[in-house]
Amino acid sequence: MSVEKREVEFFFVKNLDELKRHVFEIFSKNIAGYNIEEVLVEEMINIRSEIYLSFTIDRGERKYVFMASSIGGIDIENIAKEKPSRIIKIHIDPLIGLLEYQVRKALKKLSISDIHRENIRNIILKIYNIFIKYDCELVEINPLAISSDGRIYAVDAKIILDESALYRHRDLIKMVNYIFRKYSYVELDGDIGIMSNGAGLTMATMDTVKYFGGKPANFLDIGGGASADAVKNALKILLNKSNVKVILINILGGITRCDEVARGIIEAIDESGMKKPIIIRLMGTNEEEGVKILLNKENIIIVNNMEEAAKKAIKISRE
Amino acid sequence: MSILIDENTRVIVQGITGRQASLHTKLMLEYGTKIVGGVTPGKGGLNVYGVPVYDYVEEAVKETRANASIIFVPAPYASDAIYEAINAKKYGLSLIVIITEHIPIHDSIKFINYGIFHNVKIIGPNTPGIIVPEKCKIGIMPARVFRKGCIGLVSRSGTLTYEIAYELYKHGYGVSTAIGLGGDPIIGIDMLEALLLFERDMDTRGVVLIGEIGGDMEERVAEYVYENGFSKPIIAFIAGRTAPPGRRMGHAGAIIIGDKGTVESKLKYFRKADISVVEKVSEIPILISQLI
Repeated sequence: MSVEKREVEFFFVKNLDELKRHVFEIFSKNIAGYNIEEVLVEEMINIRSEIYLSFTIDRGERKYVFMASSIGGIDIENIAKEKPSRIIKIHIDPLIGLLEYQVRKALKKLSISDIHRENIRNIILKIYNIFIKYDCELVEINPLAISSDGRIYAVDAKIILDESALYRHRDLIKMVNYIFRKYSYVELDGDIGIMSNGAGLTMATMDTVKYFGGKPANFLDIGGGASADAVKNALKILLNKSNVKVILINILGGITRCDEVARGIIEAIDESGMKKPIIIRLMGTNEEEGVKILLNKENIIIVNNMEEAAKKAIKISRE
Repeated sequence: MSILIDENTRVIVQGITGRQASLHTKLMLEYGTKIVGGVTPGKGGLNVYGVPVYDYVEEAVKETRANASIIFVPAPYASDAIYEAINAKKYGLSLIVIITEHIPIHDSIKFINYGIFHNVKIIGPNTPGIIVPEKCKIGIMPARVFRKGCIGLVSRSGTLTYEIAYELYKHGYGVSTAIGLGGDPIIGIDMLEALLLFERDMDTRGVVLIGEIGGDMEERVAEYVYENGFSKPIIAFIAGRTAPPGRRMGHAGAIIIGDKGTVESKLKYFRKADISVVEKVSEIPILISQLI
């Protein structure tokens, strides 16, 4: 579940009876419209110190980067701004991989005491191996806590997988219940449905609608080379969404074929039975065939310019 | 002149027997690009629209004296094809254009570094390619929106590049070279590198930068221009003013990039560097008429 403002409430319990009481109480609650389905029970530990550890990809440097700080916890981003020297950043050449001296350097800079050094070294190597083995974009432990009785806990952690690499991690697909989708869709609160090909063009189409005073209802990018079937499934989302009054489709075919898109549009309208007005701008590969399919169809208006299309959609959304 | 390619560039198509690759081989040939060979393992001896197919890159490059390759090989096999192309540097191959999308990032980060190490220029992955109007097109872009002219076009987006090239076309402007950098997080030639190539290009009188939210490529261009200046007018367009905030890359993402990556940040950096930014596509030709 994701709730905008999370109210965090902690319960500390000393025995099983207290635990049961609190758990029943939590289950009876309804928080921000959500019923409670699971309760996380964790061992209470007295934290002596917190460490930040992560492996991720530095796009600008085109390298892996290992980051660590002896000040872990929720303030890590402020520390990055205010005391950047407290964060150790070690770039790793992806063709060579993590080197032993880099780990040694990090341990030295973190001022890890001798008794924990071997343990933390092993943790660093393990999360690096996870980062590589599972094609991760990020593996982060924050904080890695050392308790007052000298034990080490990963109190919170985050892993982000690379969707493009999931094809070689069938086990993970099952674990995270991942569904392959051909399009990329984000809902917003406006009334003009937007469908386009390519993230940049989709965003520019939304920006244009906003510029002329309209409100985009979504971001929907059908990607490159979409089949009629993929277009149909994507468009049906907008046709069936109640707050969408009018749909603006902006397609510039390179690898995407306009005739495929046009066929998908007709199939979506036929299958859904919805009669929403659709403004469409179609240009590029197989444009003539595409336009021919859409010509003289009820509720479809063909225009030949993005800004024109945006203005027309806004006008209809206000009728 | 132009950047990176010209009418003498000799191109091989890797994955040439695939559906998209053979279609675009035909379109590139029609445009006048010197497609001299193709590679598909196991299909050596065939031909695609008259282009001879080879089993491996070394053979194709040696036989055809190709100096550039365009890659259509599907993502799971793309990495192998790209290493093969980089390793053909010693036979004269020096530019690789990677059309393939959805290549795992741990693959691309490796071959991009390998390419840099071996001094082979890589465009992409996930790029529409590069075009020098009336001379050479190595890519999948619809040719008819690109007219020959004096504007250098650098873009992070594919289809948005076509939109903007067409806007220029309608107003009588054309491009010297248009380069799509590729939509992936890790790419070869980046925005700053492309901009610097245009600075040296005699045929380019001004540059249009097409950026978008995410990453800090635009900020790094602006920092460079602020510190070193730039001898030609630059016009920038940033897509994503209305886009929902992207996926958070944990705390790590915030530590690396700080406040950069947002539209606000990019606009701030461009303003500081005195780079003109337009809000909508139709303003670009107007600004060109004023600046260039």
